[in-house]
Amino acid sequence: MFDFTGKTALVTGASRGIGRAIAVALAKGGASVALNYAGNEAAAAEALELVQRAGAPRAKLYRFDVADPAACNQAVEDVVAELGGLHVLVNNAGIAVDQLVMRLKDEDWNRQLQVNLTGAFNLTRAVTRPMMKARGGSIVNLTSVVGEMGNAGQAAYAATKAGLIGLTKSVARELASRNVRVNAVAPGYIETDMTAALPEAAKTKLQELIPLARLGTAEDVANAVAFLASDLASYVTGEVLRVNGGMYM
Amino acid sequence: MTTANVEQKVKNIIADQLGVGEDEIKITSSFIEDLGADSLDIVELVMAMEEEFEVEIPDEEAENIKTVQDAVNYITTHKK
Repeated sequence: MFDFTGKTALVTGASRGIGRAIAVALAKGGASVALNYAGNEAAAAEALELVQRAGAPRAKLYRFDVADPAACNQAVEDVVAELGGLHVLVNNAGIAVDQLVMRLKDEDWNRQLQVNLTGAFNLTRAVTRPMMKARGGSIVNLTSVVGEMGNAGQAAYAATKAGLIGLTKSVARELASRNVRVNAVAPGYIETDMTAALPEAAKTKLQELIPLARLGTAEDVANAVAFLASDLASYVTGEVLRVNGGMYM
Repeated sequence: MTTANVEQKVKNIIADQLGVGEDEIKITSSFIEDLGADSLDIVELVMAMEEEFEVEIPDEEAENIKTVQDAVNYITTHKK
């Protein structure tokens, strides 16, 4: 459906869940894919195989911590050299450490900010030059419904996700003149390892809040990301596309 | 490196970054008024010059670099 022939995409947190589905969706469109992961070797190898089978002309794993700015700069340099440029960046890597604010530890607050928000900044800064030079590119940031709604127990996670919306819109304004588009996708409740941890009763209760009456799938999110990354969205920038079954409008 | 060398290299960088012909670039040319640079171009120019000449150009200094001459002057006085 989406054509990424001749394009290279870097997807962070690509070994599992939504990131893996995004990497596969872009590969289906013919993109070469760089898959970043933090440390789960088995899952990363599995994701790489799926991406290759989906039709990526070139695919490679890049293990680095998105919170490390030097590692991000190096990774972007490597991807450009090894996979032929960098046209699409998907900032998907994220962690959630749920805790009521009165019990939220400094290190858990800081780590979520570092990975979810600073990580996206690190890579966005690193790709600006290659994308500006190429006079085009697309950055998609994965935010969340809780970034707009808030959520008890997720003060830090929601703050990082709200921060990503501000980052998205600001960078969209800065780079628009170079035809670099920056958008966000805000998933609602999606069936992944992150939400599998929820008790059954909580899931049932959640579904009552969702007009489409089901949790989303990673593919539902990946399709939205692929659209924004593609040339079919060539007039869309600074947008937050909600993929939440209608739970927040 | 002589001043003439620096000037030539600066002109090369400008031509490359801004996509203008080197013959259009004069020593008195202003990046914004004469060469059509915008704020992003200026940042790219400064970063390219930092790399080429291995100098650090702090933001407050970069603000004063408005012409080709300004750039050449800064580089020749700060280059190790």
